[in-house]
Order: sequence, then structure tokens, then C-alpha cells
Amino acid sequence: MTDSNQPNPGVRRTVVRSVAALVGMFAFAFALVPLYDVFCRVTGLNGKVDTTAQALVHEEVDDSRFVNVQFITRNGSGLPWNLEVETRQVRLHPGQTAEVDFAFHNASDEGTWGRAVPSVSPSSATRHLRKMSCFCFEEQHLKAGERLELPLVFQLARDLPADVNTVTLVYTLYPVTRDDPSLQARATAGKGDEA
Amino acid sequence: MRTMFVWMAGCLIGLASLPAAIASGWNMPVGVTEISREIYSLHMIIFWICVAIGVVVFGVMFYSLFKFRHSRGAKSANFHENTTVEVIWTAVPLLILVGMAVPATATLKKMYDTSDAELDVMIVGQQFRWRYEYLGEDVAFTSSMSTPMAQVRGEEEKGEHYLLEVDNPLVLPINRKVRFLMTSDDVIHSWWVPDFAVKQDTIPGFINENWTRIDEPGIYRGQCAELCGMNHGFMPIVVHAMEEDDFDAWLVERREEAEQEAMGVDRDWEMDELMERGEGVYASVCASCHQDVGQGSPPVFPALAGNQQLLDDPAWHLDVIINGVSGAAMPAFRSTLNPVEIAAVTTWTRNAWGNDTGDVVQPAEVAEELAQ
Amino acid sequence: MAPKLPPHHPVEQSTSAVAGGNAAAHPEPPRGILRWLLTTNHKEIGSLYLIFSLIMFFIGGIFALVVRAELFQPGMSLIRPEFFNQMTTMHGLIMVFAAVMPAFTGLANWMIPLQIGAPDMALPRLNNFSFWLLPVAFILLLSTLLMPGGGPNFGWTFYAPLSTTYAPPSTTFFILSLHIAGISSILGAINIVATILNMRAPGMRMMDMPLFVWTWLITAFLLIAVMPVLAGVITMMLMDINFGTHFFNAAGGGDPVLFQHLFWFFGHPEVYIMILPAFGIVSAIIPTFARKPLFGYASMVYATASIAILSFLVWAHHMFVVGLPLAAELFFMYTTMLIAVPTGVKVFNWITTLFRGSISFEPPMLFALAFVVLFTIGGLSGVMLAIAPADFQYHDTYFVVAHFHYVLVPGAVFAIMAGVYYWLPKWTGHYPNVKLAQWHFWLSVVGVNLTFFPMHFSGLAGMPRRIPDYALQFADFNLVSSLGSFLFGASQLVFVAVVILCVRGGEKAPAKAWEGAVDLEWSVPSPAPLHTFETPPTFQRQQH
Repeated sequence: MTDSNQPNPGVRRTVVRSVAALVGMFAFAFALVPLYDVFCRVTGLNGKVDTTAQALVHEEVDDSRFVNVQFITRNGSGLPWNLEVETRQVRLHPGQTAEVDFAFHNASDEGTWGRAVPSVSPSSATRHLRKMSCFCFEEQHLKAGERLELPLVFQLARDLPADVNTVTLVYTLYPVTRDDPSLQARATAGKGDEA
Repeated sequence: MRTMFVWMAGCLIGLASLPAAIASGWNMPVGVTEISREIYSLHMIIFWICVAIGVVVFGVMFYSLFKFRHSRGAKSANFHENTTVEVIWTAVPLLILVGMAVPATATLKKMYDTSDAELDVMIVGQQFRWRYEYLGEDVAFTSSMSTPMAQVRGEEEKGEHYLLEVDNPLVLPINRKVRFLMTSDDVIHSWWVPDFAVKQDTIPGFINENWTRIDEPGIYRGQCAELCGMNHGFMPIVVHAMEEDDFDAWLVERREEAEQEAMGVDRDWEMDELMERGEGVYASVCASCHQDVGQGSPPVFPALAGNQQLLDDPAWHLDVIINGVSGAAMPAFRSTLNPVEIAAVTTWTRNAWGNDTGDVVQPAEVAEELAQ
Repeated sequence: MAPKLPPHHPVEQSTSAVAGGNAAAHPEPPRGILRWLLTTNHKEIGSLYLIFSLIMFFIGGIFALVVRAELFQPGMSLIRPEFFNQMTTMHGLIMVFAAVMPAFTGLANWMIPLQIGAPDMALPRLNNFSFWLLPVAFILLLSTLLMPGGGPNFGWTFYAPLSTTYAPPSTTFFILSLHIAGISSILGAINIVATILNMRAPGMRMMDMPLFVWTWLITAFLLIAVMPVLAGVITMMLMDINFGTHFFNAAGGGDPVLFQHLFWFFGHPEVYIMILPAFGIVSAIIPTFARKPLFGYASMVYATASIAILSFLVWAHHMFVVGLPLAAELFFMYTTMLIAVPTGVKVFNWITTLFRGSISFEPPMLFALAFVVLFTIGGLSGVMLAIAPADFQYHDTYFVVAHFHYVLVPGAVFAIMAGVYYWLPKWTGHYPNVKLAQWHFWLSVVGVNLTFFPMHFSGLAGMPRRIPDYALQFADFNLVSSLGSFLFGASQLVFVAVVILCVRGGEKAPAKAWEGAVDLEWSVPSPAPLHTFETPPTFQRQQH
């Protein structure tokens, strides 16, 4: 029997390497979270979109074709708000810039925080959608009964794949618990980017 | 040895009944869309390739087992390597796989082409029902299982479409490309109709796409395919595929019904009327979690019968129905039920199963609460 | 069942010069329960693992029988849907983490030192610790069934947000128990790697190692690579549930699909963790009873390594319907199909080993042959599942249930049983009762096929998995499956009888219990003394 008081140097080396691999893989699992986000944004996987504003790109409008852009607003549980969009659909050319207003309304008698979580379909269009300004970049605060109109300014890139002729943008309202430090940090970071 | 062959013969007879079984329709449905037919033929091609591989592999194996038995005095050879055969049996499967991958890739590309749809339907999964919204058509409704729980518990005889029947089927036109946009209000569900070969997860906060074009009118049934909680087995899908004209007429009818309903907000409702309506709404949207007599399934789905907070605080009760509970299974019915339905179901739950509060909630009050 | 200890002194039928077990050199172990709590002997720990996994196999099996009893006929007749979900979940978790994995670890503990000519595992005290973590973990897990709101009810894959926001209150305990079980597996894997790399008999090169050792070495690397990822995922769940983070919660900017990516990044290699050691066992048994060297030893090693590497590149084939982009679907479809190639190589090698052998059908061989046939059926349905467009129809139906039970029950479990029958003479000094073993085998084969074969049909006909009640057209399939499962469950009692009888007595086995066996373990006496190979054996290279 190997006496564990006098470990075989080879055994010790193997153990040290295995433990290093373990720690590395554990860290890797957590590193996958931001990596996945980056991966999603690059590939448009899962309809994830950038949560920060992008610069307008001045490119020639491709007036040879039209793309329908649909807007859908949804209510998650626990937030007494209404979110409505002024128009459910716009038709535009790739390269063209459009602005659409969204109306927020707090139907309760107390002020609350909420956020609209965006999703885009089809995922192949995600990469070609540029949002110059969006209410979805930040959390919103609405006082009791307050109404707020916020714009979405966006552009579809000219290189939008030819087989995409409808793009659907969905915004789902979720409540935000503001005593939650991680969220606050995130919200502040988001604002920093904006400025 | 003898027992072994008796057993083996039994197994072979069992296996021999297989082709008969397949012929009698225990197979994947061919379906009623171009995609479902392509998938079916892909499935059958791969199946027969696998059967062929199985016959060859097991053929050689069983030949060896019978021929080279120790008990028959077989002397073993000593070979243990042969590069040529090893290369061959690496390369041949590879080629077969490439042969399978080519048609599969083509079909998959077609399945992902959601462009040029003529109708957009949003499908929302909720514990434990489906909501269908016809985008741009002002028609939306909730579809819940209509099989009575008494049939599930064995107190009544089970009907022909036991567990596969709903109160409001999804109605679709044939010969039109329908795009489905899919999402969920709570956990992940999966919307599956085998006859269309459409199966797609509905994911909270995110949107998925799929499409279909149905060739034949008819009633097609499916089920939720992703474990979504207690009543995962009780959220069926029924699609009623109609001729295009019938579908257009149906849309108009639904829209008129909704308008009629909207007018009901302004008048004062009798308690009996509200109770009658509320019972129906409860059965359709509430009973799958809170159960048929409000007993719930604590701790996730609280009981409503005798619920002290509900009895004491009517304002809280109405607020929960309208806005839902964040981070819990209770969805917001703000935009999915109309004021009449909300008023009716609130009245029903405040007065049914011994909750006798005597409270009546009028649609007008609800409308005010919604708009405020 | 009372485990019988290996005797302290070599038995008279020892014929081998290299196997000198010398009890006198070791202090007398403590008596009674303390002996088992404190043992650092690889054979005793191996027995503990095997007994633990057998008990858990029965507990997980009882859960499965509860499920099958409810599904016996349409209608909810015995249990409520929420309890049904707890049963399916617990069945999966127990079978994966408490039955199959510890059984393989037990066999590794017993046999790896014997097969490589080492006196014990490299880290004997750690070995004791990793075993005793397991009962702690699974008593905790089983206790969640008694907690308010019940135990885990979200499937063994515990997809968020069903397992986070919508989970029962006991989920924190579920996470804790999985953490403990994970640590146990990791420590076991480190020990196995350290033993194999450093403690082989002088002269034994890597390419001389028996395939069971090779497959376990690769399995241990997989464990070290992916168990920390599982630990990471469940830690994120824990934080989402208790500390208000939003890794998997869309409301806070998280993503439920991320959970599935992380889970299956662990989960797919996990599938191979449960089958690679089985390949090793079967690769030992088939040549023994065909009395012919294993065909293509080197290609077996390379095939195992390729399967392990590919297992990191196929995870999203579990997610074909979550809405992956087309390019991802194609990538994962192709990589998944590719795995069929090395797997096929293995099956062809086994069959070529049989070809022109001199084959006899002792109980271990029966199980190994059934493994080859039934595992191949599971592999072929796996190829069908790999075809992404067709998977849109198969996904989350009983077809998938049939597939993975074919590779896990007549796959992994049959291989474990084959291994037990193969090595029982070495462990106990007696041959298992052949008649009873044959009854066990044939009842199991019939039971397993009756249970799982009809599931292919119910799945294709449209029955989703994890439903507590079903439409009337699935009734016949489910009736047959349920009857089959009762038969299979009952026939495992025969297995327990065989093992107990074999420990107690039976035909005496010589050191080399099987005529065609060649590896080092057959050079020590049967039963193997508590201490073996204290002086390293001289390794005689056989032809590979």
C-alpha cells in the first residue's frame, strides 16, 4: 500500500495538475456566461441584441426591397404597467432609419421600476439590426399613474439576408426589484455606457 | 445450452413481429405538410439504413456465435489486427453518414425559411394552457384542455379524444403559409403538432419562430413536449384547419364577438350572470393550477377556497389577477382577459366553494382599474 | 445484505508467485462498523461502492416502478401529477449519480489496482472520503421527498426556470446533495488518474493496459473536465434562487437557454462517463470467452479517446428545438453523426473478436453479448436522433426515452452485471450459480426489451415523455412497457440471490477462474487476499 505520508512524487504531480484542471474548469463554467452573451450577439443566437446604443451607419438605402418590421409588446407577471406601441408594423428599406414611439403607463397607485426585455426574430436578422436608441437599454421608473412615451430608433443594415422580409421585435415588461445590488450595478453600468 | 436456445427462439419470434407492428401504423405520422412528409421519408430512409446495418452486424455476430462454439470443438484463431478491414469499417460508415446528412441538410434549410408568411400567429405557453394571438387581426384567445378531471380520476368514462381536446382550438387556413412566433409567460414549454412536424420550445422572455402550410382541412392534435410542471401532461393542442374562405369568415366572427363583449363593460351585471360567466372562465384559465374546486396544489399553487388573504382583501385579489405575481406561476391577466372576464372570474372565486363573501365585482370597476 | 469480507490470508488454491498477500505486515483493522468507516483498502472500498450502488439501483428502480404503475393504464389512478414528476426526477438522478456512476467507481476500485499490479489506489484515505460522501449526498437527496412542497420535480435535467423561479423550496438541498456527489466523483476520478499514471507494474506501458483501465482513465479525465461545470451550473442556480442573481432569469437580463447550454456541456460527456467503462468491461469479457485476443486493441483505445473528445462538441443536439440558428443545428448534427464512426469501430472490433473464436456462454459472456446487441440498437436509434430535422419529431418523446434506456440499461447496467459475474470468482472465491444466473439473464433480457422496445412506437406515435397520463391510443404500448418493467424489476431479485449465494459459497474458483482470461488480476488467488501486489509483479507482455 502506498503510504500517503510519503506520497509518490508522480502521484503528487498528477494530483496538483488535476486540481488545477478542476479549478480551471469551474472558472470556465462561469466564464461561459459572458462568453455566451458575446457569442449570442455575434451570431444573433437566441434573438439576443445589444443592450447598448450603436452608432448610426450612413449607408445607401436599398430601395429595391421592403422589409416589414413588427413590434410586439408583452406583460410579464407582477408589474402593473401597460406598454403599447404606436404602430404595430412599419415597412422600410434596408439602410433606412426609423423611429417608433412606445407608450408606458403605470396603472397602479405607487411608483415602480420595470424593464422591457428585448428579443428579435428571426435570429439571422439580429446581427443586422442596429438600435441607436432604445428604452430597453435601461430600467424605467414610473410614478403612480404616470405615462411616458419613449422612442426606439433603429436601422436595418443593408446586408440583411435576402430571405428575411419580416423582422419581429418583441418587448416583454418585467418588474425590477431595486433593492437588489446586482441589478443596480448593472443599471448604473448601462447608464455609464450611454453617457 | 438447451434453455438458451429456447429463450433465444422466443426472442426471435418477438422480433419477427416487428415489421407487422410497423405496418399497422405505429409509426411517425406522414402528416399534412410538405415538411412533415419530407421528415417522414427522411425518418424511413434512416430507419431502413439502420435496419440494414443491424442485419449485417447481427448476422455476422450470430453466425459466429453458432459456428464457433467451444462446445462444438471450435479452435480459436489468433488474429487480432488487420489495418485494411479497420480502414474499411471506418470509411464505409462515414460515407453512409454523409449520404444521410445531405438530404437532412436540405430539409433543415427549408424548415428554417420563415419568409413570405401570409399569417402570423403568436403562441404563448402558460402553465398550463396555450394562448393564441393572430397578429394584426385583433383576435386572441386562450386554449385549455377540456377533458373533465372526472375522466382523469376514472369517475367518468374516458372520451375518444381523452386529454387531447380543448375548449378553443387554434383555427388555421389551409394552403397559406402561417408563421408561428413562440414565447412563454413562465417556464419553457414546447408546442408540438406531429402532423405538421412543428415542435418548438417557447422560452420566457425570448421569441422563437417556426412555420407551416397545411394541405388538408381537418382537426390535428398535439401536446406540450417540454416538462413544464405539475400539469405538463394536461396542456394539449388542437388545430382546426379550414378552407381559406371559412377561415376568413371565422376571423370576422371572432372579431364581432370580441366587440360585443367590449360593449358589456358599460352595463351593470347581475351576480348570477357574473357567476355563470366566471365559472366558465375559471374552468378555462384557472382550474389547471388552482384545481377544479379551488383546492390548489400548495405550496406552488395556493388554494383559493377558504384562502384568508383572498377573503379579507378584495383589492389585493383583483390586483393579483390583473398583474400576476412576479417570480411565481401566477401570470398577469391584464392583457389576456377582458374586463368582463376578469370581473366574472373574480366574482366567482370570491363566492364559490364556500367562499361566500357576497362580493360582486363589476366589469366597469375592472376597466377603471386597468386604465386608471 | 451482509457483505462478506475478503479473507485476511491467502487461500490454498493460490498458484501464483507474484501474489503474495502478507497479512502479518499490516495492523489488525478495527472490528465492526468502524472497520468499514475507516477502511482505506481498495478492495473493501470497492465492495462498499458496489453495495451502495446496488441499494440505490433498487431505490431508483422502485421509483421507476411507481412511474410505470401509474402509466399502466390511462387515467391518474395511484398518485398525483406532482408526485409523478418527483418520481421521474428522482429515478433519473438516483440511477445516474447513485447507481451507475458509483458501480463503475466500485469496479475501478476493485479491479484497476489488480489489473495494473498496484498494491492499492494512489490515495487510499481520499478514497475512503470520496466513498463516504456518497451516502451523505443521497440520504440528503432522498430526504427532500419528505420536505414541504416535495422533492425535485423538474426532471433530472432540471431546466431553468422550472428548477429556479418555479421550483419547490427543497431545491437548495437538491443542489447541495448534487454538489457533494460531484465532489465525490471528482475525488474518485483524481485518485484513479493518479493510480493509473503512477502505479503500474514495472514494464507495463500505457498501451499494455487492459481496456477497462484505459476506458476508466479516459472517463476520469472526462469527470475532471465536466463535473466542475456541473458544479458551476448548480452554483448559478443556487445564486438565482437565494441571492437574487439572474443568470437564467429573462426578467433580469439572464437567459434560460444558457442553462441548457451549460447543463449539456456537462451532460453529454456525462453520458459517455456512463458508457466508456462499460466498453472496457465488455472488451475484457468477449476475448476471454471467445478464447481469442481482442481484435484491434489500439483502435479500441483511439476510438475511446475520439468518442471522449467528440463528446465536448455535440452537446446542443439535446437542444435542436430550442431555436438554435441554422448554422448551429447543422454543426451539431454533423458532429453528432460523426460519433457513430468510433462507436461503430468498437462494435465491429467486438464482433471480429468473436469471429473464428472458440465461444462459450458463461453468465458474464451472456451479458456481454446482450450488451453488444442491445447497445447497438440504442446506438442506431441514436443515429436517427442525430438527424436534426427528424429530431423535431423525435425530441422529448418516448422515442428518446427508448433510445437512452437502451444504451443505459442493457448498455451500462448489463455491462456492470457482466463485470460482476466476471469478477465474482475473484472477489469471493466462488463461481456464481450458473442456473440462477441464466434465469437472471433471460428474465432481464426479456423484461428490458418488453419495457423499452414498445417505447419506440409510443414515441413515434406521438407520446411526449414525462407525462403522468396519456391519450387512449398509447394504452397498449404502455401496458406492455409496465408489465415488462415489473418483470425486469423482479428479476433483479434473482441477481441479489446469486450474489449472496456466491459470497456464501459455491463451486470453488481457482486463481485463473476463466480459461481464456489473461490479465494480471487472474494471477492473484481467488478470493483475492486483502493485500495484493505488495511486491510489484513482473509484467509479461501479451500480444496485443
